[in-house]
Parts: sequence; C-alpha cells; structure tokens
Amino acid sequence: MLDSKIPQGDIDKKWTEYKGHVKLVNPANKRKLEVIVVGTGLAGASAAATLGELGYRVKTFCFQDSPRRAHSIAAQGGINAAKNYQNDGDSVYRLFYDTVKGGDYRSREANVHRLAEVSANIIDQCVAQGVPFAREYGGYLDNRSFGGVQVKRTFYAAGQTGQQLLLGAYSALERQVALGNVKQYTRHEMLEVVIIDGKARGIITRDLVSGKLERFFGHAVVLATGGYGNVFYLSTNAMGSNVTAAWKAHKKGAFFANPCYTQIHPTCIPVSGDHQSKLTLMSESLRNDGRIWVPKKKDETRKPNDIPEEERDYYLERRYPSFGNLVPRDVASRAAKERCDAGYGVGTTKQAVYLDFRYNLINKYGRTEASKHNIENPDEATLVRLGKEVVKEQYGNLFDMYQKITGENPYEVPMRIYPAVHYTMGGLWVDYELMTSVKGLYALGECNFSDHGANRLGASALMQGLADGYFVIPYTIGNYLADEISVKPIPTSAPEFEAAEKEVSGRINKLMSIKGSKSVESFHKRLGKIMWEKCGMARNAQGLQEAIQEIKALREEFWNDVRIPGEINEYNPELDKAGRVADFMELGELLCLDALTRNESCGGHFREEYQTEEGEANRDDQSFQHVAAWELKNVGDWTLHKEALVYENIKIAARSYK
Amino acid sequence: MEHYNMNLTLKVWRQKNTKEKGHFETYNVKGISSEMSFLEMFDVLNEDLVHENKEPIAFDHDCREGICGMCSMYINGRPHGPWNATTTCQLHMRAFKDGETITVEPWRAQAFPVIKDLVVDRSAFDRIIQAGGYISVNTGVTVDANATPISKVNADKAFSTAACIGCGACVAACKNSSAMLFTSAKISQLALLPQGEPERHKRALDMVHQMDEEGFGSCTNTGACEAVCPKEITLESIARMNREFLSASVVSED
Amino acid sequence: MATKNFFTSSVGRKIIVGLTGLFLISFLVVHLLINSFILVDLVNPNDNGATFNEAAHFMSHNWLIRVVEIGLFAGLIAHIAMTVKLTIENKKKRPVQYAVFDGKANSKWYARSMAILGSILLMFLAVHLSQFWWPTKEALYITHADENSFEMVKATLTNPINLAIYVVGVVALGYHLLHGFQSAFQSLGLNHKKYTPIIKTIGTVFAIAVPAGFAFIALSVFLGLVQ
Repeated sequence: MLDSKIPQGDIDKKWTEYKGHVKLVNPANKRKLEVIVVGTGLAGASAAATLGELGYRVKTFCFQDSPRRAHSIAAQGGINAAKNYQNDGDSVYRLFYDTVKGGDYRSREANVHRLAEVSANIIDQCVAQGVPFAREYGGYLDNRSFGGVQVKRTFYAAGQTGQQLLLGAYSALERQVALGNVKQYTRHEMLEVVIIDGKARGIITRDLVSGKLERFFGHAVVLATGGYGNVFYLSTNAMGSNVTAAWKAHKKGAFFANPCYTQIHPTCIPVSGDHQSKLTLMSESLRNDGRIWVPKKKDETRKPNDIPEEERDYYLERRYPSFGNLVPRDVASRAAKERCDAGYGVGTTKQAVYLDFRYNLINKYGRTEASKHNIENPDEATLVRLGKEVVKEQYGNLFDMYQKITGENPYEVPMRIYPAVHYTMGGLWVDYELMTSVKGLYALGECNFSDHGANRLGASALMQGLADGYFVIPYTIGNYLADEISVKPIPTSAPEFEAAEKEVSGRINKLMSIKGSKSVESFHKRLGKIMWEKCGMARNAQGLQEAIQEIKALREEFWNDVRIPGEINEYNPELDKAGRVADFMELGELLCLDALTRNESCGGHFREEYQTEEGEANRDDQSFQHVAAWELKNVGDWTLHKEALVYENIKIAARSYK
Repeated sequence: MEHYNMNLTLKVWRQKNTKEKGHFETYNVKGISSEMSFLEMFDVLNEDLVHENKEPIAFDHDCREGICGMCSMYINGRPHGPWNATTTCQLHMRAFKDGETITVEPWRAQAFPVIKDLVVDRSAFDRIIQAGGYISVNTGVTVDANATPISKVNADKAFSTAACIGCGACVAACKNSSAMLFTSAKISQLALLPQGEPERHKRALDMVHQMDEEGFGSCTNTGACEAVCPKEITLESIARMNREFLSASVVSED
Repeated sequence: MATKNFFTSSVGRKIIVGLTGLFLISFLVVHLLINSFILVDLVNPNDNGATFNEAAHFMSHNWLIRVVEIGLFAGLIAHIAMTVKLTIENKKKRPVQYAVFDGKANSKWYARSMAILGSILLMFLAVHLSQFWWPTKEALYITHADENSFEMVKATLTNPINLAIYVVGVVALGYHLLHGFQSAFQSLGLNHKKYTPIIKTIGTVFAIAVPAGFAFIALSVFLGLVQ
C-alpha cells in the first residue's frame, strides 16, 4: 500500500545505484524550475543553498527575522560521522547499525544506511565552509563520544556545534541570495499548501510584520520546518517552533508517521516554577564526564557534597554496567523517572537527579594535569583546580548557562537535572526520495519521520538535517522535476490559490472574531499539561483515552473562548501563536491516538502495560514492526496505513545496553 | 541561593509601527519570582495585559537559551541588562531588587528601524553577510576534512569569533551605532582559516562597504561593544578587520 | 590602493584618524623636549633661558623644521576634519536617543568624549598658537625683530588666567591621549594579546607624563622657579 520506493540491490549499493540512474535536469532547464523551501534550519538552509547552486530558482521562508535564528542553532553537543579518524573501529556499517539499534528497530534500513554513507561528506563540506570544529594540537579534528555507541565519532565545536553548522549553511544560503539564485523571505509564516491537479504547486504565507497574506508558486515545495515538541508546551524547543507547516500539509493529504515517538532528553535543567516558559538542555556530552546519581536514602536532606560515596546510588552504572552513564536517551530518561517516582528525587521539587562532575574533575582531568605538570601527591584542592580548567574549556558555556539559570555553581555542587521533551522522531511520512504522500511535496530534517526510528541517538539530528539538505534532496528532487520542465509557472491568480488563501483568511477571521476571555498561552499550557501527564515519558491506555477526550474538549473551548488582542493587518504575535496552538491541539489528539494504537514499548514510546519485570521496554516485533502513517479524513477521524519494516542487514535483537 | 518575590515598576517603550512615534508606558508587576528569567517576567506582564483587554508588548525572542540572538531588550541603559556575557533571555530576575524601576527600550539605531514596541528590523546584518560572509564553495567539491591541518590556536580563535549570535547588542551599545564588532567577527573567523584565504581581500572590502551602506556609524574604539557582547567577542577582531581592510585596500587594483 | 573605497569608508577614515593622531603624538615629544630646556635654569641659574631661546630659534628658523611644520598642520587639519565629519555623521546614526544610557557600565567617559576633549583642545590650541606661535612667526616674517621666546613665555604664564587656560588645555590633552594613544594602534589593526597590554601601559604613562611635564614647566614659570 505505502510505496517507500526503496531501490533494489544490496544495502551498500542502493544509494550509489540510485544516483547512477536517477533522472537529471539539464542546467538550462533548472533555470526554469522554481522550488519553495519552507524553514531555514540545517535542513532547509542546506537544501536551499544547494538547490540554488545547482541552478534552480529557489524561494525560502522562515518565521524568524533571519535564517540564522532557526532552532538548529541551539544544538550543543555535536554531529556524528563515520570517519574513523580515531582508529577505534568505526565504519559506515557501524554507524548504520548503531542508529538502527538506537532507534529500537523501528527505522527504515535503506534510509539509515544512506545517512551513514553521506555522513563523512558532511564533515568535509562543513570544514570547507569554514566551520571551526574543535581540533587537537596537531591541527586535526577532535572527536568526543556520545550515548548509545562505543566509538568516538562525534565532531563538535565546544557546546555550540549546532550554531556553527547552521551558520555554515546560512552563509552558503546568503551567498546564493547574493548571487540572485535564492530569494529570501523572513518573518513569513506558511499557512497553507496549494495543490493543483494532485501536485504541490505553491504556498500561502502571512507576512508577520504587515499581516498580509501572500501567494507563491513553486514547481515543488520542500518543508524543513522542524519538530513538534512544543505540543508539550514545556520543551527544549524554541518558543516559536511549531507544527503548523507540517500540519497544513497533513491536512492536505500528506500522511503523518509515528507521531508518538517523542524523545525525552535526560539531562535538562528542572522546572523551577509555574512561570516556566521553556526548558534548557544540558548537552548529552556532559554524560561523558558527569556521573548521574541519587541518594540511597529516601527524603535525603543533606547537601549533595555531604553525602558520602557509599550512600550514593549511581543507578545507571548499576543497571547498565557496559554503557553506564552513556546509555541512550530514552533509557536514561526512564531510569531518572523511575528513581524520582520511587521517592529518591532531589531538590525542592524532588523531580531531579544529580549530574556530578567531581569524580572526573579530580580523577580523570585533575590527575592527568597534575602528572603533566609533574606535581607529585597533589592534594584534592589542587586536583580540583587543575581539573576545573580542563572542564571549563570543554563545557564552559554550558556551565555558565546552568549558573545563570539556577544561581548555583556546577563546578562546586552537582547539577540537578531532569528529563524534558527534546525532539520528535515522528513527522511527515516520506519515501526514499523524501517525498511525502503528496506529489511534489517534500519533507526534510526533523520535520520528516525517516531515520531515527523510535529513538534518536545523540548528535544524529544535525547529521540527518544536513544529509537531507546537502546530499539527498539535490538528487531526489531532480527525479521529480525532470518531468516538470514543460510546466510553465502557474499564475497565483489560479482558482486553487484563490481558494487556499480564502481558507487561510477565513480561519484567521474566525480566530479574531471569538473575542473570548482566555489567553492563547493559557490554552497552550493546559494542552501541555495533558500531554506531559498522559502521553509523556510513560503512557497507558486509560490515560491516553482520557487525554484524547480532554484535548477534544480543550479544542472546543479554545474555539469558543480564546482572546486575541490586536488587529489582523499588523504585527500581532498573539495571533501568530493562536494559529500554532490551534494546530498543536489537533496534532495532540493524533499523537495520543498513535500512542494508544501502538500496543508495545519501543524507544521514546513507553507503554506501562508493556514492560519486562525489570522495567525495560517490551517491544512487539510480531505486531508492530511497521511505520504507522496516518491519513487525515477530518480532525478526529484518521485512517492508519502501515509500512512494514524489513531488516535484511541487521539481526533484530532485544535492545540491551547492560 | 535564596529565592524571593518582588514587585517592580516597568517603563516600557511602546510604538505601534515603524512610522508612528513611540512613547513610554508604565506598568506595575507583582509577585515576580527571583527564579524567573527576564522574558518570563514579560510573559507575566503580557498575560495581565491580555486579561485587561490591552495589547501585549511585542518583543523578539525564540530559543530562550542564549544562542539564537533574537532577544534584544535595552534594559536600564544597557543592552541585555546588567549581567555581562548574557542575553536578555538568560538574564534572571535575581539581578533585581524588590521595588526597583526598570526601563526597557528597543535597540536604537538608524540601521535597525523599530517594527513594533521592542522589535527591531536587523535584516541589515543578513545583507552584510551576503556581501561576503562566506566561503564560495559549492556542495560536493570538497576534500577530506583532515587534509588541511589547522593550528588549534587559530581554530579556537576562529571559533570564538564565529560564536557571534548576530543579536546587535554591539550596535545598540555603541555611541556611534557601529556594527564593526559584528562585521569583524565574521571577517576574522574566515581570515583565520586557510579555507578563507582566497577571498580574504575581496571579503574585507565588500563587507565593510556594505556595513557603511546600511547606515551604521564608524568605530571610535570605546570598547562598549565588547563590554556588552553576550559571546564575549573582543576588540581584537575589529583590529584584525582593520588590518585586513588596510592590506586589501593596498593590493586592490580597483 | 583602492582610493575611493578607502578614503570614504568607515574603516579607512578611522585608520587616517589613527595615523594622524600618532603623528601628532610624536610632535608632542619634540615639543616637550624643547619646553624642557626652560628647566635648564633650575640646574644652572645662570642660563636665564638661553638654552631654550636657542632651541626655539632653531625650531622657527631651520628650513627642514619649517617644512615639517607644514606637514604637522596638514596632519592636524586632516585629524580634525575627519573626526568632525565622523562625529557629525555618527550622531545621525541614532535618530531617537535612549531615555536611559548607562555609559559607564560599558566604557570610559573620556573614550566617549573624544569630540568634546578634542574641541577643548582646539580652542586651547587657538589661544596657545596666538600666544606662542604667532609672535615667533610675526618676528620672523613681518617685524624681523629679534624675539626672546623665554621672556615671552614668562610674560604669558605668570598671568594666572593664562596659566589656568594652559592647565585646562593639558588636562584635556591628557584624557584625549589616554584614549587616543592606544586607540590609534587599535585603528591600525595592532591588537595582540602580548603587545596590546604593553601599548596600553605605555599609552597611560605617556598620557599622564607628557601633560604633567608641560604643566610642571608652566607651573615652574608661574611660581618663578625659573627666572
């Protein structure tokens, strides 16, 4: 039923074969073809820049004031690539294997292998652009290790890797803007896809400054609009991150796949009060050097540094001796929740665990530095001082950020951390060519569902975003556009554009006419509370059924009682937010429905009914080794399509990190 | 750290759009926790305004973790407020005392016209980058990443200038509304790397030219920009830009 | 050199300000050296300004110095013209001023006040030139009189008003230099982890010592320490 168009042949030849036989568009014809790229993060900016270089006429859209603000910029830890510069046994196959295993055997083999294949080129490309990755004294690139793997393959730029990669892609994009190949629209939000004769042919946008609706034609439309973690209200996403573009595509026929796969990141700064507007991540790379623990005694009142070693429970090292603190994110998050639920949590809310650097500060870095400086029998204070300097160089910006937010000094006292919503593996269903179920409509990066299965490994999001944008879409879109060269640009006065714009303006007018009593923010908060409590780190059938009813009721209330001040034709952030929250309230229901339908636990989806005696996830490969792709008939009425997942190159096993 | 609550008086710049004149409005906010971020305090105020059927205050913000560069409030006479090396979103209320009056203004510069309230248009920065803030390399024409070793010192220096988030605090703090710290950060990053070498002269000339075209002022080396830069980019990069520009001007054939 | 681009660009012009500034700074050293001959009287009470007069005569009559003097005025005019133009332009770059401006939080007052300090210096210079420079020129070209510079200095600086003007002038000079000295190096692109602190230290010492030297000599004259 769902044709994922995976090429025939051996897994390590598929992509090469595909590229060798894909249809091409000659340079003169590329000039005649227009491509719309919505979203300018890693995936969108790299795609737009590359398509511009190839000669297509590209338009980019972002809601921020510049492409450089896209939330890819906040990625901290690094980007994976199978370079094996460390000579520690890495290879394309190993990256492929780790990613499929990390995704709990719920991702598409062919896509993941392609991702692993192009990963090395990404690093080459970024270095050529002037991305200042961390280097060793010899002048060669440095690597660090991340969760869920046993090699060091993560390239990084301090704790700001996402920023550096995005600015690289952004500069490539701005170069194309300067050359006239790309036209850039900022502070524009896409509010509808225009479909003509079954193909995506354009979009309707709202100029967020003037409030004006505008129509744009494209022979193809590429969505690179990120994930939907903000459906939980509190997440590590940016305040503006939203599902609107993807959701409009879904409502126009694009299937939405595996929405229930949400990644809860284990190391975030805990919530401090009701005022909290977002959560801040502390990079996974910190787990390289920080040890996670809780007191062995319930309701411990002593300060962390006063609790002696033997009264601490390093629960990850205890439960998963071979991976220890570097277990994948889903495992680490659930383990933290388990300890806190059992009453061992720390801090005022008791919803936190310690991430402690003291041991490595002294023993790993302090001692190495001491021996470098020929200090014999150093005392503890000396070791701490020496170790601090090294830690500062590696994670200084993260430690500073922690201190600003909490007012505590993490060099002195352990960080308090707790899991938070971070990434969404689910997204628009795409085939091997990254085309959604709507012809000519593509989805790249976090916005699609493709490569991470049920759980994404650290430092793989940047890899996927750039792989899709730099190395996949430039080939696959040509295969579609080669047949479109005879299509003349469709004037935006066409009835389909007219109708789409009318739909958008109707919805905006309706929102503004409600004039109710409650703010948009209050609805978003309530939605987030339902989602987090009933569809968060642990889910069960009863809770999910309740959640669906509660979301329906909340939606009803929203459309009757929301208050949006200001006017339509002006800069009106409340109106922007209202549209986004309205979409989240529809997505939320689908997310719960998907979670309810998937009667198993896998990766980021944990159903309490399906766990082993030790509390580990219990996967059901017999019934659920498939992608769940949802087709929308009406809001509240979805049809499930399944794409079977076939593993020919990996032996499926229970996922163990013990 | 002791938590406490506070009541504050806020004087906030309100301006309907670019064309209309702005003015200050005074607001009182109550029960603000010292644990809140500055923007969360604004969230509270805006919720109150919505409840009173008034228009909330427009301000730019997005990531709220100090890296996107979107937030841009001029707080009590200083961009991003009293803390050093901090963006507005990372400024927390424990920086203030109960009963204080806080004045909040937008970035003010000819090159950053106000869009609404505290929101300004910083697209001039994009155009400066478009003038040459890149290495002209197409996707695919690359050599192995480790083919050219780069000294760690230079790589680290390039990184520390590449850390610029493009927030515009440097312009806001400068008495001349100069964008030299921003422009020089990009010129420096690329001048420090071997990949940037082939275009370094053209880049310096073109980016400086665009910076002037956009209506930013010139630099008088007061150092206000580096004092307020959330990413602690230093005057060293401006000096490097001056050097790059001088040598580019000497060898240029135009 | 890309002349058009350079001389109209913000960076090019600040390089010129820096260069001319350094040139003017070098003149200060010469000026102070010549002035210091007044103090010879302190060690040799029989000097009575003879050494100083000799030096002053050399400075006003030597053809090479006279050529350099033209260069000096050219540099001064270029420095003033550039900075005046830049100051006016820079003012326009912020059409709406801040209601609250916490300048001291980010920079030194004298770094922000170079235009005011410079204007004070310019006014001082006008007085200074009319008092000391013009009479020598008058003597050289018009009256062909034999001037006694030392007597002229004494006559002028023993007047408390003139002394006050002089002191205000050198204090303004000190603050102007305090920022200007190191700023010139920065403008020329010389900023280095190792050398900049040295430049800054030298600049600070220079900005204090040179004006202090001028002031000390003037006070010595005023107090009658040199006769």
